[in-house]
Amino acid sequence: MNYVIVGAGPAGVIAAETLRRMDAGASIQLIGDEPEPPYSRMAIPYCLMGRVAEDGTYLRKSDRHFDGLNIEVINDRVLSVSAAAASVALGSGTTISYDRLLVATGSTPISPPIEGMDLPGVHPCWTLADYRNIAARADKGAKVVLMGAGFIGCIILEALAARGVDLTVVELENRMVPRMMNEASGGLIKRWCEQRGVRVLTSTRVEGITGGNPLAVSLSNGETLIANLVISATGVAPNTQFLEGSNVDIDPGILVNECLESSVANLFAAGDVAQGRDFSTGDYTIQAIQPTAVDHGRVAASNMTSGHEQLHRGSLNMNVLDTMGLVSTSFGAWEGVSGGESAELNAPDRFKYLNLQFHDDVLVGANTLGHINHIGVMRGLIQTGLHLGVWKDRLLDNPLCLMEAYVAATQGVGLTTKALD
Amino acid sequence: MQKSLHIDPGKCTGCVQCELACSFENEGVFNTAKSRIKVFTFHQEGRFVPYTCTQCDEAWCMQACPVDAIVINAKTGSKDIIEDRCVGCKVCTIACPFGTVNYNQDTGKVIKCDLCGGDPACASACPTAAITYIDADTTGLDRMRAWAAKTDNTAQASA
Repeated sequence: MNYVIVGAGPAGVIAAETLRRMDAGASIQLIGDEPEPPYSRMAIPYCLMGRVAEDGTYLRKSDRHFDGLNIEVINDRVLSVSAAAASVALGSGTTISYDRLLVATGSTPISPPIEGMDLPGVHPCWTLADYRNIAARADKGAKVVLMGAGFIGCIILEALAARGVDLTVVELENRMVPRMMNEASGGLIKRWCEQRGVRVLTSTRVEGITGGNPLAVSLSNGETLIANLVISATGVAPNTQFLEGSNVDIDPGILVNECLESSVANLFAAGDVAQGRDFSTGDYTIQAIQPTAVDHGRVAASNMTSGHEQLHRGSLNMNVLDTMGLVSTSFGAWEGVSGGESAELNAPDRFKYLNLQFHDDVLVGANTLGHINHIGVMRGLIQTGLHLGVWKDRLLDNPLCLMEAYVAATQGVGLTTKALD
Repeated sequence: MQKSLHIDPGKCTGCVQCELACSFENEGVFNTAKSRIKVFTFHQEGRFVPYTCTQCDEAWCMQACPVDAIVINAKTGSKDIIEDRCVGCKVCTIACPFGTVNYNQDTGKVIKCDLCGGDPACASACPTAAITYIDADTTGLDRMRAWAAKTDNTAQASA
């Protein structure tokens, strides 16, 4: 059996390792188009903060890891896929044939359609090459404009703030992390950042960038900002261009079934490029988070081998973010569900916030701010569909007793005998 | 024979010696807020339940780590944080369905139970044998791990 994996991020690497565990004698080729060993994009901000060196972002730390597993890592770019011939064409001119193909090519930052995005000093923060470009300009006191305060933008914000730059954040929507946090908590994150010297402009658009070093950044509010560095974090799009002509259904990610197989036989997809099943809604969407990439990689690999079929019941959409020391999380249906109930604890003066969403006596979603202990239990409560029984009312009274609710329900304290049914 | 922590909540008196011992062993201070094991108090039922990482087979924390900073301890089977590698991203803290991996804001790293390398201080400190460190197959570990299994995102296709 010959497995080919396109994309050497977390989904691709986990898939390669899973394939090796399940099929000891197979050929496994892992193709990545960046020169470094397989690494984690989400670790780049921590590299910018100086917490780790570049090799601290590597997904596996031993330089013999992939050789040891007899996984061939190929540094090349896939130009096209021929499903009819079951082969991929590489930038180097060679062609590789496959029995099963996994597309785990992730996504690429999208550039807003404005003047100046190609100027020197205007960068996304996506690759290790971007990291080097940013590190070269983001010195202490440098004027930096960050476009976009979504999840990725906010992680970069943390890193830039730690470098001591003079930072302005420009966000199109009315609050920070609008797709992760509700208005109350998103507003608190903004206030927190402002109190720590970061200028945050929401409901504001960058209209154009001109100049050299410094750059001039013109805004929709009429203002012009002077910047030594502009970082663009305005969203990403799945890398599917090379699949043109392959008959793979795309919308905008690769459409997959519960086996993570695409509309073309023997062609699977995983990670940020795949529209996989969402645990909360049952819809097929791009989640673009690390735990989902890991789920996808593992499940796709199982289904690519014979005799290990697994159905993907859906990954829980969840995020954790640290904005200059203020930790926020979101889980599942944090915006609530029809006919559901919610509990809220809001202490804006202390930057503490907790919002729980229930359907009947089951937790289905949550937003938290300023809470760092035992937060994973929200994932457990949501994903196991645990019937909280009497603890649901206790949580409505005091949302802080989440861990007690879980411990009680699973250890038989209180009237929750249905807990592990 | 692999050993594991066995917790018998019925014997727990809520003295929090385990939390103090854990904090001192791992952080060098007597501060229950820094303990990896936590005693939950149920006033209405008059119960105390110590709780910490079950070192589950699924190892959600380890799987979710983007930088290979959580590894299996070959001697004890515990899942250990390698501090030098941890970047403090906290993905493991939301991935663990037990809520037993926590972020330490002082160090910028995550912390979890590592069974103290095979001699857990909580078990040594417990005066009522509510926490013991014994052969894994006698601990009822399966029941504790049922929770982890239920978090699995997959179902066997044949089921």
